[in-house]
Amino acid sequence: MAEQMKVIYERPRSWANKVTHYCPGCTHGVAHRLVAELVDEMGLVDKTIGVWPVGCAVLGYDYFNFDSVEAAHGRAPAMATGIKVTNPDNFVFTYQGDGDLASIGMAEIVHAAARGWPITVIFINNGNYGMTGGQMAPTTLLGQKTTTSPLGRTPQANGFPIRVAEMLAQLDGPAYIARVSLDSPVNIRKAKSAMRKAFNAQVRGIGFSLVECLSTCPTNWKLTPVESMERVRKEVMPYFPLGEFKVVEGVL
Amino acid sequence: MERVSIDEERCKSCGLCISICPVKILIISDRLNARGFRPAQCTDQDKCTSCGSCALICPDIAIELHREVKV
Repeated sequence: MAEQMKVIYERPRSWANKVTHYCPGCTHGVAHRLVAELVDEMGLVDKTIGVWPVGCAVLGYDYFNFDSVEAAHGRAPAMATGIKVTNPDNFVFTYQGDGDLASIGMAEIVHAAARGWPITVIFINNGNYGMTGGQMAPTTLLGQKTTTSPLGRTPQANGFPIRVAEMLAQLDGPAYIARVSLDSPVNIRKAKSAMRKAFNAQVRGIGFSLVECLSTCPTNWKLTPVESMERVRKEVMPYFPLGEFKVVEGVL
Repeated sequence: MERVSIDEERCKSCGLCISICPVKILIISDRLNARGFRPAQCTDQDKCTSCGSCALICPDIAIELHREVKV
């Protein structure tokens, strides 16, 4: 009986085979890989257009073998809507961080969700502005120390963190809204299945979809990558519960 | 072919695969790659159960997994 090597895991074909610029242990790489795997598995590589944000993922267009454009800070959903309206046969997704989507781009994301055009948003929530050095973001937890809240975030001075997934799920426009975490293999598998539903919501023309991914920022949290994953489980998940907040009929 | 193949030039030594491996066969090696990181390495290929956890959590897509099957 001959022996043959079976592939358990190989790099996705739509991944451009480059070394990323992300810090060691940053879960941006995991989210990128899930996007690449799904684009491969759903056969979308020839018709995908990625819209990249300003933030750590600003160079994301370099890492994939599909077409990409770079949006102004926070304006990726508006740009993606324009692309989708003029190219309805293309698969259009945006990939945004929390400083981009929840702060300067809040108007764009809320109105894109309210319009309900079939675009997909991958939203990375790591609780700070990673690229510029760890400033406070709208999703920074109460008490969390950042470079612009050195004594910890307080509600009196800085207000409360925004739960974007729950907020957008109140609107009638979106077809699929979920929050997932990238902290462990089991949650990464669940994240991939949520992203598949979000991609399907667009491919089937049902409507707007958003997946919020709880991520880590080991450099600015000043923790090791393993401790960062622990922090996501212990401190971030209680405030940002995982789950599907809106699933309209036909999304699978 | 190895069961666990780690691309040492991609590895950034974050240690997530080591923390997640259920059979504890991954360690940080003592050599440096071109970027100055100490890459992860597999100490015992035969013990790998091909669970795929390391490849799932690796943020740098440095790990590829294979397994021999009888045909």
